[in-house]
Amino acid sequence: MSGYSPFSRRDLIGAGLAGAGMLALDGCSPGRKARTTRGGSIRVATQSSSTSDTLDPAKASNSTDYTRQFLLYSGLTCIEDDTLVPRPALAETFESDDRITWRFDLRRGVHFHDGKELTSEDVVHSLLRHKDPAVGSKMSAIAAQFAEVRSEGRYGVILRLTSANADLPALLAQPHMLIVKAGQAHPDGTGTGPFRLAEFKPGVRTVALRNPEYWVPGRPRLERIEMIAIPDEVSRINALLSGDVQIVNGVNPRSVRRIAADPGCRTMVTPSSQYTNLIMRRDSMPTGNPDFVQAVKLMIDRPLIHRAIFRGYATIGNDQPIAPFQPYFNAGIPQTLLDTDKARWHVQRSGLTGVRLPLYCSTAAEGSVDMASILQEYGSRVGLNFAVNRMPADGYWSTHWMRHPMSFGNATPRPTADLIFSLFYESGAEWNESGWKDERFDRLLVEARGEADRARRGELYGEMQQIVHDRCGVAIPAFISLIDGFDSRLKGLRPIPLGAFMGYRFAEHVWWED
Amino acid sequence: MASPASSRASSSRPAWLGVVMLIARRMAAALLTLFLVSAVIFTISGLLPGDAAQEILGQSATPEQVAALRHEMGLDRPGPVRYYEWLRAMAAGDPGKSYVANMPVQDIISDRLPNSLMLAGITALVSVVVALTIGIAGAINRGGRIDKVLNIITLSLVATPEFLIATLGVLLFSVKLLWLPSIAMIGKDASWGEMLRSLALPMLSLAFVVIAQMARMTRAAVADQLDRPYVEMARLKGVPFRRIVLFHVMPNAIGPVVNAIALSLSYLLGGALVVETIFNFPGLASLMVNAVTSRDMPLLQSCAMIFCGAYLALMLVADVIAILANPRLRA
Repeated sequence: MSGYSPFSRRDLIGAGLAGAGMLALDGCSPGRKARTTRGGSIRVATQSSSTSDTLDPAKASNSTDYTRQFLLYSGLTCIEDDTLVPRPALAETFESDDRITWRFDLRRGVHFHDGKELTSEDVVHSLLRHKDPAVGSKMSAIAAQFAEVRSEGRYGVILRLTSANADLPALLAQPHMLIVKAGQAHPDGTGTGPFRLAEFKPGVRTVALRNPEYWVPGRPRLERIEMIAIPDEVSRINALLSGDVQIVNGVNPRSVRRIAADPGCRTMVTPSSQYTNLIMRRDSMPTGNPDFVQAVKLMIDRPLIHRAIFRGYATIGNDQPIAPFQPYFNAGIPQTLLDTDKARWHVQRSGLTGVRLPLYCSTAAEGSVDMASILQEYGSRVGLNFAVNRMPADGYWSTHWMRHPMSFGNATPRPTADLIFSLFYESGAEWNESGWKDERFDRLLVEARGEADRARRGELYGEMQQIVHDRCGVAIPAFISLIDGFDSRLKGLRPIPLGAFMGYRFAEHVWWED
Repeated sequence: MASPASSRASSSRPAWLGVVMLIARRMAAALLTLFLVSAVIFTISGLLPGDAAQEILGQSATPEQVAALRHEMGLDRPGPVRYYEWLRAMAAGDPGKSYVANMPVQDIISDRLPNSLMLAGITALVSVVVALTIGIAGAINRGGRIDKVLNIITLSLVATPEFLIATLGVLLFSVKLLWLPSIAMIGKDASWGEMLRSLALPMLSLAFVVIAQMARMTRAAVADQLDRPYVEMARLKGVPFRRIVLFHVMPNAIGPVVNAIALSLSYLLGGALVVETIFNFPGLASLMVNAVTSRDMPLLQSCAMIFCGAYLALMLVADVIAILANPRLRA
């Protein structure tokens, strides 16, 4: 038991308490029966594409980018199913005694698309570039935890952190952390991934062809994949129904019935931990008043939001960011229910009856405009007077988000509880949306991060959820499910709660059956 | 028909000289216009919240990162300095490098411009022919049943927004009938047949709106000329009606018609945004919107220069044609 094992209990029982090296067999390599069906060329339509499309994993910023990175590159670890347990990928084993110093042993004989063998220097380069401000990495905050990254021999990598983090393997499975070739300041698509880049035009299309030397035998099964973006949702669905594209993401709940009516198409609903939240800043008035915050949480009609805005394609939330299907979810916290009488009592106690409160929403935060209207309606019943300000999506994040006493935010799915809490709830975090500060919470966060025992971690995260639920100025009415639409001849799709398209990695798993 | 004064003028100064002078004057004015437009765009886009560095880093930006990226892009220098440098490079023929895509603006535009030109060209070709036919037919049968039917059709098309036509077209031809692709797929390996099939629906939706406008203008101009005494004179002299319309009325009506065509063409080049969005057509209009949202100044300026330049050039061509077709304007 010297090496830290990142696997769930079931895995451990299955494999015996062997070393991580043996467990690796159950990793990304196809231990299951690999189908040999091969062939097929599909076109994928995503939501957005622009001149900022990138081949640089560090700069990837939306689902289109993430999907493209996973076509071309592989990571040290990968997350393959809804348990969200990281498994070995380019790293055949990873282990740590103290969760501070991690040792990775790379898979032998993996080659980049140009024939160069993958070695530790590629990994060191890929990880260290996140710390370079000139790169502009989206992961620079996490990379700040990397105290030292060095190679140990041709295939060994030592990664020393500034403090213990048991979630490192999960962080390394993120699309930004994929491995690029050493010496490339601007990665050009030469990776070790399942597809080779054939054409890349920012804002227009990406074409990739099957990599016959992919390090997972038997994968991928598609010959060619073309990615385009159709920002308009109706057009995207039309393209699917007319057979011009074979898979789309970002299906509006209202369009599900249209797709279902077509016998040749299906939808896949991925429950995700994505949420749109109402932010009440602690550092301004009246939102800093705990009575006000409590009143707002009590006057949110969650079933209505679930039903009317998301048409049931959502999971009701309880003002804390861990969704029920995620590891470490605390089921013991009582669900906040709509209670206008109690809300009115809190409003009266705070002395805010009739005060005009501006509320900032935007289509940039999904569903927030409708949520604001619902809030305004219920607010009038408890004596609060909300003025809804609908802001343009362009520039919303830089000019309005967190800048007003009340605004809406949106958080995309993150693989671990630690990541969600450290990004949005730690008092020193850049995006501490509500500007709150809870010493006990901060202490628990650091403790849980370094804790190896799953049960103990569960307790710590459970308490943190309770603290956020009770005291943080953030209301989370629902977790929004992601809906993909696809041609029913495309087989092998299953939801992975990290994002659309099987956590953006569908291309190497699916196959085409005529 | 010419008065003594104008015949003297045209004898001392040949017609082509007047046209050349006009072109030269208009070119100078165009350069000034382009300069002013670029200054206005630079100023206004500077007022937009956020800059390219913030947009690239997005929601996740930390202040240090933004500062570092700003420095790398040169955005930390004062606005007038950046504008002057852009202007100097532009005057030397170099539109600069896109902040966001990290490649020369020229390369990005040379990918998109042919697409836009092709769509605009094909649409224009089809719509000019159809619009002239409809317009002339309406004017000749003024008040008749054909005219009324054409009037109703063109008026209702002018009033129909193109996104509606485009969406209905997709629902009918792509989703129901499966005849045409619902998105424009213009790859480098596409054949001419595929290309035309891809272009059919975008062209259709653009053409409807443009045809209606041009047809209305043509009808008005031709109808106006048909009321003139010279038409009556020609009729009384026994000139065949077809000859009257084509050789007497049209040259006189061509001025406003060509103007309407030029306006429509400049619209086709830059105003096709809705159609580009619905059909995912990689054209210039969506590129420009892209440049605005990502605050990509060099790209935005180049797009604006192309649209502005194209508009000015088309207007110039329209004026020259109108002058050449109408002797009275040459003086």
